[in-house]
Amino acid sequence: MWTTLVQIMPYAIVFTIPLLITALGALFSERSGIVNIGLEGLMVVGAFAGAFVIFKFQALWPNNAAALWMGLLVAMIAGILFSLLHAFASINLSANQIISGTAINMIAGAITVFLARNMTGSGNIRITSGFSRYDVPLLSDIPVIGKLLFTNTYDTTWLILLIVAASTFVLYKTPFGLRLRACGEHPHAAEAAGINVRKMRYMGVMISGAFSGLGGAIIIVTFAGEFTGSVSGLGFLALASLIFGQWKPMGILAATLFFGFASTVANVSQVIPSLAVIPPVILKVFPYVVTLLALIVFSKSSRAPQAAGEPFDSGKR
Amino acid sequence: MRSGIISLIAVLFGLLAGAVLMAVTGHSPLAGYTYLFEGGLKNPERIGNTLATATPLIFTGLSVAFAFRTGLFNIGAAGQMLFGGFLASAAGLSFDLPKPLLLLVMVIAGFVGGALWAVIPGILKARYNVHEVVSTIMMNWIAYWTVYYAVPAYFKGEFLETESKLLPDAATLKIPFLTDLFGGSYINLGLFLAVIAVIVFAFIINRTTLGYELKAVGLNRQAAEYAGIAVNRSIVLSMIIAGGLAGLGGVAEYAGNAANIQIGILPSQGFDGIAVALLGANTPVGVLLSALFFGLLYSGRGFMNAMTEIPPEIANSIIAIIIYFAAASILIERLVRWLVRRRAAGSESGPSAERKVE
Amino acid sequence: MDYAVEMLGIRKEFPGIVANDDITLCLKRGEVHALLGENGAGKSTLMGILFGMYQADRGLVKVNGKEVRIGNPNVATKLGIGMVHQHFKLVSTFTVTENIILGSETRKGFVLDVKTASRRIEELSQRYGLNVDPYAKIEDISVGMQQRVEILKMLYRDAEVLILDEPTAVLTPQEILDLGVIMRNLIQEGKSIILITHKLKEIKANAHRCTVIRRGRTIGTVDVAATSELAMAEMMVGRQVTFKVDKKPAVPGAVVLEVDSLSVKNNKKCLALSDFSLQVRAGEIVGIAGVDGNGQSELVEAIAGLRKPESGTVRLKGEEITAMSVRGRIQRGIGHIPEDRQKRGLVLDYSIAENMVLEVYHREPHSRRGILNKLAIKQYAERIIASFDVRSGQGAASIVRSLSGGNQQKAIIGREIELNPDLLIAVQPTRGLDVGSIEYIHKRLIEQRDKGKAVLLISLELDEILNLSDRIAVVNQGERVGIVEASETDENEIGMLMAGVKAEGGEGA
Repeated sequence: MWTTLVQIMPYAIVFTIPLLITALGALFSERSGIVNIGLEGLMVVGAFAGAFVIFKFQALWPNNAAALWMGLLVAMIAGILFSLLHAFASINLSANQIISGTAINMIAGAITVFLARNMTGSGNIRITSGFSRYDVPLLSDIPVIGKLLFTNTYDTTWLILLIVAASTFVLYKTPFGLRLRACGEHPHAAEAAGINVRKMRYMGVMISGAFSGLGGAIIIVTFAGEFTGSVSGLGFLALASLIFGQWKPMGILAATLFFGFASTVANVSQVIPSLAVIPPVILKVFPYVVTLLALIVFSKSSRAPQAAGEPFDSGKR
Repeated sequence: MRSGIISLIAVLFGLLAGAVLMAVTGHSPLAGYTYLFEGGLKNPERIGNTLATATPLIFTGLSVAFAFRTGLFNIGAAGQMLFGGFLASAAGLSFDLPKPLLLLVMVIAGFVGGALWAVIPGILKARYNVHEVVSTIMMNWIAYWTVYYAVPAYFKGEFLETESKLLPDAATLKIPFLTDLFGGSYINLGLFLAVIAVIVFAFIINRTTLGYELKAVGLNRQAAEYAGIAVNRSIVLSMIIAGGLAGLGGVAEYAGNAANIQIGILPSQGFDGIAVALLGANTPVGVLLSALFFGLLYSGRGFMNAMTEIPPEIANSIIAIIIYFAAASILIERLVRWLVRRRAAGSESGPSAERKVE
Repeated sequence: MDYAVEMLGIRKEFPGIVANDDITLCLKRGEVHALLGENGAGKSTLMGILFGMYQADRGLVKVNGKEVRIGNPNVATKLGIGMVHQHFKLVSTFTVTENIILGSETRKGFVLDVKTASRRIEELSQRYGLNVDPYAKIEDISVGMQQRVEILKMLYRDAEVLILDEPTAVLTPQEILDLGVIMRNLIQEGKSIILITHKLKEIKANAHRCTVIRRGRTIGTVDVAATSELAMAEMMVGRQVTFKVDKKPAVPGAVVLEVDSLSVKNNKKCLALSDFSLQVRAGEIVGIAGVDGNGQSELVEAIAGLRKPESGTVRLKGEEITAMSVRGRIQRGIGHIPEDRQKRGLVLDYSIAENMVLEVYHREPHSRRGILNKLAIKQYAERIIASFDVRSGQGAASIVRSLSGGNQQKAIIGREIELNPDLLIAVQPTRGLDVGSIEYIHKRLIEQRDKGKAVLLISLELDEILNLSDRIAVVNQGERVGIVEASETDENEIGMLMAGVKAEGGEGA
């Protein structure tokens, strides 16, 4: 059991990270009052932009991690630019945010493959190499947790955990966070206090775009290594994590770890004897069924931002 | 009327954006569109294929539209379609019955499969007020993995791991008469089923007390409740019908257009159904027209891809952009108003008649 | 003269209506100035202009004698103008301090400095006698305290002119008195107050001067001490008004509604109504008086079948209906004019015809075997439209959203009365309507009583309760604190009861 856990854990963490950063981005968006179900599409855009840039730069400077970091940066920018479509429709045009988010998913899925096919024919973009894993010196020697948390790690993992900590701080300890949360709870109160609700909501959606793009690109530079035109539902799983985590950074961390772990278990179950007895279908649907159950449990006490999903009309009093 | 104009303009924008995409990737939009439309309309076979391609879209479009009329966002048509199609395929592969009877059983199985997949979000919504968008998304993935493992386990195909056995002749909606009429097209009885569904949809929504109740719940849930309408029952019922329609879409796709069921993919028609419903303003005729148009784009893209170098995903891109513009209909309304005002100002050279405070 | 604010010749047009037409209002420094007018007279628009939410089309605004342009609420705040909106603008999951500093946060570097702010709030609270805990969460404090948080918000931003929009609507009688004291404290410290209201008594009690507007025009500014309530009322309405409604003495018959020790929980799972008993007889109007949120909604919902009671029974004409469906109750003779016509009474995007059959669409002749009979529905609706004078653009086919508030309400009342119910529940039936519609609706309710129907009236307007009811039950925190004959009581007694001072011997429970 313990060896199984030690085997699985590094993979689970790697799988958790893109979910975590994407769900965290969605947290900013929903806390500002904009529901973003376009996460899947934004991740696809990030994955595409990241893979494309890395592909190009690796041809120029092989064996240089700078290409990978450049890819992540461009993925974030691409995510931001793409999220502006959702922001514009939701904030300026009072569009239905679910439909707009669905459109984002569809546009992203179609256009990235369209562009990729123009380049490679098959529509897949393979990068030469991703980040390499390493054991964190000293920390990996700590008994118990050293093996679980500090072996076989990626740089991106530590980067994302840093972003999570910083985001928690920003959300709860700074004027920006206070204002952002006010816009999601009671935009008219925020407006009456002189806050530009639209601007704050743009910020929320753009952060979501940046983080989703980053999440999509991290998939490429860690476990996938190739852009294939989809992120296989990870964006939707990130959305589930946001709800499961009850719109709180630490809740999201726990939820994504849970989903990351559950998905990894499902993926590797066939090669681990103690898990192979469980039908794989059970393991695969497990995260989704748990989310449904969580929705029922939280239905009475949900802490969703109260104004999330509602267009803000400053004339309404 | 107004929504019709908005839809047309959204389509126009979508096609324009498609042209821009073709141009920036170094292709000729003119050639692209010529071959795209030729590919969908050139001869009876292609017309038949266009109609057949549109058929599942009609069903998923109706599914999304029906739920929407009750104020529900059925984003789970993909999963409902997949599971409905799976049950129908399972019936088609398991029972040895005369064709008419077997098809009837399959249609029922498809409806039930879709309804089953939609009734869970329906109950969660009615009973626990769980938002149906999230629950239907979860149901999509549960359907995906269920079918992913069930097909190889029970109906494994002869050649490929990713699809089921081929359906026997008695279990396909294709009939020689139609195939011959349309020069070898894969058009099938699904289209007639879809047209019947459009008519039934229109009748229920406009003429029956059921439709009246569902619309009342959709427009104002509280007022409906105060008036003694069983709101929770309406929500569950609406999801059942919506899911059943999507399930029929699965029958039309897997037992009509295709000859077996594929795994490892959520049918794109599920999400396209949202676009179809939106563009069709959630009306039955609107859905029919939108689905035909999208069917044309999808069925023509292969020909276009063969004749030019344009990747077939251009069709998906155009549809996705259309749904964005349809969602952002206020933009179009503002644009129209602005154009009208400019024209008025041009001809009268006076101040515009009406000023809207925004 | 030393004016804090002068609004001169203000005109504001919205598409289709002139909301303000040449209105003038001058606020002296250190006075409480009432702005009196009916719903829709243009009070909110005028104050919206002063607070920078709208721009006047014409006219002049001066603050401290200097002409200013108030482009948005931030400018108003900088000029020292603050507003307490009728619907509070507070984030319920935030603390008092977080709400107050929102938008003008104290900070140490990048970080919020809550401590310094809380200290300042505590100081202000003591200085003006507001008694607010800076660390409490909004969702945990009373409505009265929430209002004081709103006032603190303005004081925190150094407001000199305070606009209070209908501040007493949500308060208990005791809290209203407290608010009076707070207003006096504010004036002593040199602040000036504009009090928006349509309640004459409050003007009498608190204001120095009063500007009356009607249909977007200034009628005049009067010295409150020298003007009678009746005179101000006539200025507001534009004709002679009587505060009394004409009605014959009631002739109560058999018991129609019998509520017995009913306990009901609210949405927050707290007991909102406890051990409540009440009888309403044929031929009488029983009014429920109480401050908003004291269990009235839960009582109505339990009687109408929209909310399950924890314990107790509801009987209609002797038959127990405690667990019956809404539809079952409607069929057995309950009509219900709900509190919020747009949210609960009507499907705004349905036509009048469709709305008129909302409760009876499933019965013949409106439908048969599940198929609607549109002609029969239209005829039914036209009958209601004719007998209740519902005015609309295209008759029965008009979409209800396009109707005025008064006509929407008439349509609902017509629909409910057309059901010929034995018990008619009317909740806030005249809220937000003009005087003409109010009088019409009152007459119709009395007419129902005189036809031998039981009427249960719930209203937050004490005058309405006193004028219409034959008997009055008073609720406070979900308990029936008294039941009195309308002819033998007055406002003071009811006010005492509403504040929770029990009459009757029944202290048991």
